[in-house]
Amino acid sequence: MTVKELAEKLGLKALSMPDGDREVLTGYAGDLLSWVMGKAPSDAAWFTIMSNINIIAVAMLRDVSAIVVCEGAEISNDVIARAEEQDINLLVSEKGIYDLCVELAKMI
Amino acid sequence: MSVPLKFHYDVHGEDFTSAGNASVQAKKALRQLGYDPNIIRRVSIAMYEGEINMVIHADGGSADIIVYPDYIEIVLADKGPGIPDVSKAMQEGFSTAPDNIRSLGFGAGMGLPNMKKHTDDMKIDTVIGEGTTITMRVNT
Repeated sequence: MTVKELAEKLGLKALSMPDGDREVLTGYAGDLLSWVMGKAPSDAAWFTIMSNINIIAVAMLRDVSAIVVCEGAEISNDVIARAEEQDINLLVSEKGIYDLCVELAKMI
Repeated sequence: MSVPLKFHYDVHGEDFTSAGNASVQAKKALRQLGYDPNIIRRVSIAMYEGEINMVIHADGGSADIIVYPDYIEIVLADKGPGIPDVSKAMQEGFSTAPDNIRSLGFGAGMGLPNMKKHTDDMKIDTVIGEGTTITMRVNT
């Protein structure tokens, strides 16, 4: 499944999607960035409520397919600009992390 | 013998929003050199954790990547307070990061353990009141 398909199927809004054809192989949920930095698998859709600018570097260095900021957490324009600059797919949803992960699990 | 390739980055302590920039740049540079993605990920994650530590604890510092024929060396140097108890700092979950840093998602006490986990060798030279230099090696 691609990031674009993920967005369509889970009803996610794309704030930055420079690489919609990127494959999503798995999912990961976590908010502690230093934990995520040590553990997130590459090619995962990363579900989080953390929305500060440091999520972009974590996603880039960890090679996740997309960041999905959940539960309607607010994202500033700086974060969106940094995502575009670093070619990071950044998606948002009003839904909870658990619900999104359950839906993803049914699809992969 | 050819001179090893070096990349030098300054890590700014005052600005948490730019934390990670040096690691991102280093990752791009190593990509251009054609390294295996797994090697690049290990180097850049180890460097990122060090960079974050320098921003949190030492008001910044410097990061150098030195590319040798069969390994990549990462040298992180700061003039911060030093690490009083290195073995304690190496334990997962031990952190002295302040609350404002924790609210950003850092301070889980994973930094140094992550650095060790992602590298083949890691050496910590620290002097209280003078600073810390961490030298890591990733075999290529």
